[in-house]
Amino acid sequence: MAEVAAAETAETEPTEAGPTETGPTETGPTEAGSPRAQSPQAQFEGVGVGTAAVAGPVARMGQPPPEPPDVPAADDAGDERAKAFAALAAVAADLRARGAAAGGPTADVLEAQAMMAEDPELEDGVRARTDAGKTAARAIHETFAEYHDLFSGLGDYMAGRVADLADLAARAVAVASGVPMPGLPHRTEPYVLVAADLAPADTALLDPHLVLALVTAEGGPTSHTAILARALGIPAVVGAAGVLALTDDTTVLVDAAAGTVIGHPSTEAMEAAVTRSCAAAAASARTGPGRTSDGTAVKLLANIGGAADVPSALAADAEGVGLFRTEFLYLDSEAPPTFEAQVKAYKDVFDAFPAGARVVVRTLDAGADKPLPFVPLGEEPNPALGVRGLRAFRAFDGRNEAVLRTQLLAIREAAGTSAPEIWVMAPMVDEITEAEWFCDLAAGCGLDVAGGRVGIMVETPASALTAGAILGGRTGFASIGTNDLTQYTMAADRMLGAVGRLQDPWHPAVLKLIGAAGAAGEATGKPIGVCGEAAADPLLACVLVGLGARSLSMAPSAIAEVRAALAARTVAECMAMAARASGAATAREARRAAAAG
Amino acid sequence: MPQRTVTVASRIGLHARPAAVFVNKAKELPVPVTLARDGGAPVNAKSLLAIMTLDVRGGERVTLAAAEGEGAAAAVDELADLLETDLDG
Repeated sequence: MAEVAAAETAETEPTEAGPTETGPTETGPTEAGSPRAQSPQAQFEGVGVGTAAVAGPVARMGQPPPEPPDVPAADDAGDERAKAFAALAAVAADLRARGAAAGGPTADVLEAQAMMAEDPELEDGVRARTDAGKTAARAIHETFAEYHDLFSGLGDYMAGRVADLADLAARAVAVASGVPMPGLPHRTEPYVLVAADLAPADTALLDPHLVLALVTAEGGPTSHTAILARALGIPAVVGAAGVLALTDDTTVLVDAAAGTVIGHPSTEAMEAAVTRSCAAAAASARTGPGRTSDGTAVKLLANIGGAADVPSALAADAEGVGLFRTEFLYLDSEAPPTFEAQVKAYKDVFDAFPAGARVVVRTLDAGADKPLPFVPLGEEPNPALGVRGLRAFRAFDGRNEAVLRTQLLAIREAAGTSAPEIWVMAPMVDEITEAEWFCDLAAGCGLDVAGGRVGIMVETPASALTAGAILGGRTGFASIGTNDLTQYTMAADRMLGAVGRLQDPWHPAVLKLIGAAGAAGEATGKPIGVCGEAAADPLLACVLVGLGARSLSMAPSAIAEVRAALAARTVAECMAMAARASGAATAREARRAAAAG
Repeated sequence: MPQRTVTVASRIGLHARPAAVFVNKAKELPVPVTLARDGGAPVNAKSLLAIMTLDVRGGERVTLAAAEGEGAAAAVDELADLLETDLDG
């Protein structure tokens, strides 16, 4: 191509950027390959998925069939209805076959697609239209269009499903019209797939060895293209408006970390991007330590309730345990567990982790809602606001203190011969006086207070807002328990379904409190982590890192997805997401604002 | 007419996998079942498309109702239990 030569001289000039607005406003099948002139090194910006950079020839997605004309059916209404239902059944069967071949999360996604193709309400709509004399193809087209409009009206969250519907409609219309289903290009050499948007049925068939990268003009970070690209380990740039102007076999450089697609890249640009990409490869791996795309470490830890949970934590390649709940030792017993029994139980967990790992033990979280016969607390009208957590051992002139002391001694004993770093934290701390009391007790039991291994949980607005003072003392670290922090911020009882809607850690008030604790961590140089449900939400996990969290502890099953989400973003991007979410008015708006990047 | 109002436990709400699990369970039941958001119109619980258009989020309140018939109360209870379980996993 003639313009390649020009690319060499234009290299230091600012490249022509494609339109950068995101948001899938265009929802129908998009006309690809419009004859827009391509300038040398045309650059398109979108949202990157993954961290890799690759270069290769473009191959565009097969085109959907044209809209079927609204002409009276030549055949009998019953025949048209049978033809339409057969087409929908064929599409569903095809999706299930692809799902079975792909397995895993892809199979679930394709099963949902198949269910939509044979949806009873959809069938009612198609039946009504064929009964009214429309052709099978037209009836399918109009019925899907109705749902397409409904879904489009629901906002960003449903944007991915809008693309799914358009794809289903195109497939069923193609079958009913007797033409091949639209789909992937047939290639035998590696290529960069460029499409308006990809539906699960397309991505399921992708051969990761043949498809170098995915580029879409539409869709955002929650689109199926993004989700499945992560699952397959293929770099992608989604929502890159203008890329449909790229023609087949144009060489492009797809840089997922930068979120850019560059047509006719210079050799230097390709080498630089691929070199950087190799350095970042560890970050995009399915295992390994948590890192943002610019290399900031974010420890990925597991929440466990005992040795039984350890295998799943190890399988997820957790870097340790961020919340070891110890209540299991105490519940259902008349007397506190002995020192020896505790040492054994703790060692069983500690010894499963290697040197360099960290295990954070939370001391007994008793309360009036979880009564223990050997920690008498009395009756309370409102247990969530009562004597619970660390308070249970300080109240009533310390009559329960021996239970905590025995636990700390047992942790110290078990830690003595274990490979991983053992940290200890107290639940339900409001202010520095309580934190210092705990440090005194822990130091007296031989735990490493001076080494920063004794800390607290931040579960109340009070401790979040005074975290600077608390961490200014001997407290070595803080771990934010988002479930309780949300309950206390929203004044909404966690156990009460009627106020469950308020129990959302995305609420900007909760995010601001987390941000206050994060800022205190930065000011004092002490680590801040999160160990509540919030850390398991990949999008929220990025916001938490933006708010200052440098460890995230969650159910082991969530770790892989959070690892991938972090690897796709820089700390600066996380901070921008956090700022947008914190500035929202409601939890729902905060989630949308964070996702809108 | 048996009905129950519950809070949706799945974080992402009735989308994606949780919606599919719910609709598949509803399809197994012998009576017509509907689902409605607080104050909204009820839709066919056996239709994934209809459930998705409700756009129910995690933590929201929804009302299940079944047409009178054998197994109606049990059907509502079974679906209510499902909604109160986190299906995201």
